[in-house]
Amino acid sequence: MASGLHNSDIPNPVLRWIDQRMPVFTMMQKEYGSFPTPRNFNYFWNFGALAMVNLMIMIATGIFLAMHYTPHTSMAFDSVERIMRDVNFGWLLRYVHANGASMFFIVVYIHIWRGLYYGSYKAPRELLWILGVVIFLLMMATAFMGYVLPWGQMSFWGATVITNLFSAFPVVGEWIVQLLWGGFSVDNPTLNRFFALHYLLPFVIVGVVFLHVVALHITGSNNPLGVEPKGPQDTLPFHPYYTAKDSFGLVIYFIVFAVLVFFAPNYLGHPDNYIPADPLVTPAHIVPEWYFLPFYAILRAVPDKLGGVLLMFGSIAVLFVLPWLDGSPVRSMRFRPIARIAFLLWTVAFFVLLWCGGKPAEEPYVTISRFATAYYFAYFLVILPLLARLEKPLPLPESIARAVLGGGPLPAGAAAKPMEKA
Amino acid sequence: MADTGEATAAADGTPRRDFLNLVTASFVGLGVGAIAWPFVNSMQPARDVLALASTDAELGAIQAGQAVTVMWRGKPVFIRHRTAKDIEEARAVPMSDLKDPATDQSRVQKDQWLVMIGICTHLGCIPLGQKPTDNKGQYDGWFCPCHGSAYDTSGRIRVGPAPRNLDIPPYAFTSDTKIRIG
Amino acid sequence: MLRNSLKALAIVGGLIAATPGAQAAGESVAIPDAGFSFNGIFGTYDRASAQRGFQVYQQVCASCHAAHLLSYRNLRDLGLTEAQVAAIASQVQIQDGPNDEGQMFERPGRPSDRFRSPFPNPQAARASNNGAMPPDLSVIAKARAGGANYLYALLTGYEDPPAGMTLGEGMNYNRYFPGHQIAMARPLNPDQVEYADGTPATIENMSRDVSTFLAWAAEPEAEERRAMGVKIIIFLTLLAGLAYVVKRKVWANVH
Repeated sequence: MASGLHNSDIPNPVLRWIDQRMPVFTMMQKEYGSFPTPRNFNYFWNFGALAMVNLMIMIATGIFLAMHYTPHTSMAFDSVERIMRDVNFGWLLRYVHANGASMFFIVVYIHIWRGLYYGSYKAPRELLWILGVVIFLLMMATAFMGYVLPWGQMSFWGATVITNLFSAFPVVGEWIVQLLWGGFSVDNPTLNRFFALHYLLPFVIVGVVFLHVVALHITGSNNPLGVEPKGPQDTLPFHPYYTAKDSFGLVIYFIVFAVLVFFAPNYLGHPDNYIPADPLVTPAHIVPEWYFLPFYAILRAVPDKLGGVLLMFGSIAVLFVLPWLDGSPVRSMRFRPIARIAFLLWTVAFFVLLWCGGKPAEEPYVTISRFATAYYFAYFLVILPLLARLEKPLPLPESIARAVLGGGPLPAGAAAKPMEKA
Repeated sequence: MADTGEATAAADGTPRRDFLNLVTASFVGLGVGAIAWPFVNSMQPARDVLALASTDAELGAIQAGQAVTVMWRGKPVFIRHRTAKDIEEARAVPMSDLKDPATDQSRVQKDQWLVMIGICTHLGCIPLGQKPTDNKGQYDGWFCPCHGSAYDTSGRIRVGPAPRNLDIPPYAFTSDTKIRIG
Repeated sequence: MLRNSLKALAIVGGLIAATPGAQAAGESVAIPDAGFSFNGIFGTYDRASAQRGFQVYQQVCASCHAAHLLSYRNLRDLGLTEAQVAAIASQVQIQDGPNDEGQMFERPGRPSDRFRSPFPNPQAARASNNGAMPPDLSVIAKARAGGANYLYALLTGYEDPPAGMTLGEGMNYNRYFPGHQIAMARPLNPDQVEYADGTPATIENMSRDVSTFLAWAAEPEAEERRAMGVKIIIFLTLLAGLAYVVKRKVWANVH
């Protein structure tokens, strides 16, 4: 020990030799082996692990696609079709990557929804939550730039419309837009830098995900009851319990993924993106990828250019301050009957916005979007702060073990058994 | 109730569980292997690359003693119009002097036309000897400046580190003065 | 657990179901299902029909429409022999070069060549077509909502304009074209091509054949993709069963 070697108890001598000098195996054992995890997770708690796997899939397929893709306006479209036709398994790599983006957003939206429903953003997990919102923003930027790369009509016009958002800002707007374009319109310099950034940002995401996990392992996970574990009777070691549970969820996720990739690879895409980009013709009805539709609807709900842009960015920005807007000490919506209804309505508003975002900018969709937008913000800015003072939560269970394993009457709100039935 | 994973395995250590884990692990291994293959295989030449496999070369304008270089699959192909002296020199060599024995006859389709891939079989440099002013090496053929391999007038390795004679690409005469390589 | 899983599924389902709304907009007429063999999980391209469709493409469409992402060698996938493909390619003059004198020259096509485009550039294509650009047909079946069904509907959808409708200069009425005014005149007429296999060259048959050909041209990987998908989903279903049993065993004594 005088030598300063780590005191390792890994049995295998080779691994121990490494571990004494660089205790990665001890760390893995601590963080993913014996890590005490609340015993009452439901399947919503799979989605963090799914998102991690999804990120790895995107990076792996992306690197191999980049080996065949050409980021030049005159060759990008054809190089993507060459991947589809001539590269061995190129169609598989591309469809996994394209549908992987959709899967990533489905997984992350459910992950965020779970955080909102079970109050995972509340103290002491504020920073964990904020890092998550940063990941979400980076994902949106990455996805947006990735969609530009095939250089179809939607790529080009999506890039034009979204970069033009920045022109709404007074004084610096035009300067920012030129900076993004590297020219006077979306053109080859834009495509080139979007490719560079699309390759870079996923690795930034990996970095922030690492911080997200570090923060998670300091505070520990939240759980469906929103009650902190009070001792070993409330937790289980991560392995084998949650590795087994996550693995099952992972296979189900792969099945959904495979159905999309093999049987409906273009279902979530837009046919217009198989028309090569034409700077002289805007498609009759341009829409972003489905995962941006709610925010696109918020943008279009506002008749003022700057107002729309600010509100759209605001719809994400509000998430950053959410831990301080919702002052209720009760985390899980299971024990907040009114907030629960308000939040389920917010979920409806989100889907309504998603639906409106795909419709033309005409009545009645604009009016519907306005109501939904108003509710989206009202939930965060008005309803949650007010309910924190006014709502009388249901009595919380004494501990996770007590609620899950019985031993005493359960509070009415916990009647919906959080217990793992399987 | 609050058993650890190890305790569970011990208490429950029936063969069924072990067998189950084994089957599941093999399924996972199979899946991971199957996933890895498309990635690796995607790096192999694509179908359009494989299809672009032939090059036509016109020989009519090449005088005896001259040589031209054409591109085939991104590689230089040396075509030399050999003189009678070149041919004689190549055929006079006893097989025992050769590092990679091959008769001159086996390396040409028409005696005066030598067609070879112009890449040194050592580490891939392009040997000198195509231009009249080049150093052709001590055997009047080609000389690789990278590591000093010298080839004779039949493109056979005579001295230096290269292990093999210069490779002959597949080609065919489409007319008296035209060949198609590949 | 079950309830929560159902909830999760409902969310996924909701997200997926909500999206095609993005594409449904636009005031085009509903496209009837032409009942193509290649739609559906186990669907395959009718090779004979696709070969006839290539003939229609080559003899009719190709005079205005390029398909520059296709190569002659791809026709092997349609069941043509190597010799047939080489013969088809060699009938076309392909620009190559520059040669040793620095000149571009034309030579007979080879199987590795891309389909020859009828016009050297988009400007020339417009100039020869009354200002309208005939779109490249390589991926047209992927680039139009409705896919091959739309192509079939469009090709068979030429009719007289309804009373009171005035068409623009040089425009034609089509029931299924968005906005109904299409610059392309009715491209197919009965017996325009002569099928070697004796299939009557009606407008319907030619339309069906060329739509099949174009569907294949846009998604040549579709058959391989679906076949692989079936295998992978069977594999994953078995794995899901195993993973579930393992998970139950692991959790058995916790409750």
